[in-house]
Amino acid sequence: MIVILILGSLFLFISIRLNSNEKSENYNSLNVQTIDAIENLLPQTQCGKCHYPGCRPYAEAIVLGKADINQCPPGGEYSIRAIANLLGKDSKSLSNDIENEVNQCVALIDEDSCIGCVKCIKACPVDAIIGAPKFMHTVIKKHCTGCELCIPSCPVDCISMVPLRIKTREWVWSKPNSDHKLTL
Amino acid sequence: MNRELHDFPGGLKFKTYKEMTDTIPAIQHPLPNKIILPVRQHIGIPSVPIVKIGEHVLKGQMIADADGYVSIPLHASTSGKVIDIDDYAVPHAGEHEATCIVIEPDGEDKWFDIHPTDDYLSVDPKKLQEIIRSCGIAGLGGAGFPAHVKLHEGVVNTVDTLIINGVECEPFITCDGRLIQEKAHYVVSGTRMIRHAVQAKNCVIAVEDDMPEAYEALSKWIDDDIELVKVPTRYPAGGEKQLIQTLTGKEVPSGGLAIHIGIVMQNVATAASVYRAVTRGEPVISRYVTITGDVGTPRNLQVLLGTPIRDCLEACGYQHNDNHRIILGGPMMGIHIRNPDIPIIKTTNCILVNQVKPIPEEMPCIRCGDCFNVCPIKLLPQELYWHAKTDNFAETQNYHIFDCIECGCCSYVCPSNIPLVQYFRYAKTQIAAEERRLDGADHAKKRFLMRQERILTEEADKISKLEKSQIISSTSNTKTEDKKSYIKEAVTRTRKKRSEIKQLQPDPDKNND
Repeated sequence: MIVILILGSLFLFISIRLNSNEKSENYNSLNVQTIDAIENLLPQTQCGKCHYPGCRPYAEAIVLGKADINQCPPGGEYSIRAIANLLGKDSKSLSNDIENEVNQCVALIDEDSCIGCVKCIKACPVDAIIGAPKFMHTVIKKHCTGCELCIPSCPVDCISMVPLRIKTREWVWSKPNSDHKLTL
Repeated sequence: MNRELHDFPGGLKFKTYKEMTDTIPAIQHPLPNKIILPVRQHIGIPSVPIVKIGEHVLKGQMIADADGYVSIPLHASTSGKVIDIDDYAVPHAGEHEATCIVIEPDGEDKWFDIHPTDDYLSVDPKKLQEIIRSCGIAGLGGAGFPAHVKLHEGVVNTVDTLIINGVECEPFITCDGRLIQEKAHYVVSGTRMIRHAVQAKNCVIAVEDDMPEAYEALSKWIDDDIELVKVPTRYPAGGEKQLIQTLTGKEVPSGGLAIHIGIVMQNVATAASVYRAVTRGEPVISRYVTITGDVGTPRNLQVLLGTPIRDCLEACGYQHNDNHRIILGGPMMGIHIRNPDIPIIKTTNCILVNQVKPIPEEMPCIRCGDCFNVCPIKLLPQELYWHAKTDNFAETQNYHIFDCIECGCCSYVCPSNIPLVQYFRYAKTQIAAEERRLDGADHAKKRFLMRQERILTEEADKISKLEKSQIISSTSNTKTEDKKSYIKEAVTRTRKKRSEIKQLQPDPDKNND
């Protein structure tokens, strides 16, 4: 009798432990998966305009319910809609507390004014600026994500954002209601 | 040997308006004041300019070199001075500007040193493809896919049938028909050369049954080695997939290419260019263009590439005004352009001028299904429309939007005047843009993570260096202590010795004493 009781209670205890372990693990892995999925929908500019230090932290904040889905200006409507689809939420417009959505720009260093202080190089999250101390710096256009983080770091204000020229191959047809319709 | 013809689904029969131009001989358009040559006149990677501003170039001289495999070189269409290399308006639905090389003709039209290939049959097919590539030959039918790429695919895979496409199915356009009538010999010989380059078993030249003159002209030059076939006139019978279906009964698989079912197709104008390239070494520098519609004298012109469209229109008695609009290409697939100063390029087959008509208002879809009935690919345009309109691009892909050939049949028959093709073009380019966006994000993320890693390793390095230096300093402390004690020992030892010596020394002194 006592043996059965002991065994029974042990079994119960173990099963509860296992269950709770499984649950918490599942919950965590689910969380991580959602965070990964959201992060993949963000533009990876690491600009911090969402008031979080990067795309990953913002994705984490969304999953933890701390941040809304409409705080990413570079991602804009596209990111908001994609995240809304993913989480089964309603899509919304960009939050008012956040800067407006802008056309994609790249940073341009005025190379005559640059004093070679290397501050912008340290600020760039994607290593898109090259240069050495006391030598001119320049932005590699191909790698620049337009996050604008280099701008405040420049002591001589020689960095500006210039709109990216759309290549012919990258041109996108407008949605109808314009005048591309042809009739015989 | 009569080939059994098959049918393709959908399609439309139009009044073709070809009689406006197809009986009038083409004339050589005079040398323009300015030649504007975009470095990208084909599908693929733009070529790279190899001349400088101020340089004098000769007719047929290479002025921009191919940049990669899916790219072709560009040649000067006349002799003259390069006066600019900059962005100019090019034929593009979005009125884009792109890099162009501008030449001011010197009027001499002097040829560059070009070499013919004597006996093409003794030339290795690969060498022949190289000649075709170096002469800048792109598909002149409209899409402008580099010809050598298609031919190379042909050598990698076995080619059952080579089809030379003379089916000009869009209304108004007659440039291929005129070319066949006037240069049938070029087309047939070029066909034989392409056949040698791809080692095709069978070879067919196809024309429409409403082109009897072209058929006659070709049959004079053709022997038993090439089949000449008339296909029924119906739009879009000249589309690659539709013509293959008509001639062979085979369907190109979704997302696949003609070569996957053993077929290579080239346009008649491409064949003629191949003939010129092989027999004379002459690159593509001119083409036939149909100038038609509401112009004074509609006709075909043989135009040097880079000639502004305005010049061609004026040669046909038309002054540009706001009551008319210019369409580049045919009425079904062409693009509306506003700037008449853009140049003729390798893929320009027709300039159509017509009166500006009010655009009929787009009404709601009534689900009549007419668009499905005319679709030559058997897509569901109505479903595609719903999803494209609501920006549900993933779903449009499930409905095979990328198999749409943008022939425009669905838009033409839609009773609600829905510009379906434009919705599909919008969806296609949006999908491509999304892919680029994701690629860009991926690239940025990789660089960001690499940077994080680098910063971490740098910090770790710093810390380990610091620790090392501390260890060194601590070990050096013990060493100095060791040294001190060692010196101390040494000092005490020597002192001891000295005192011993001192103690010993008096003895000999004493002895001496």
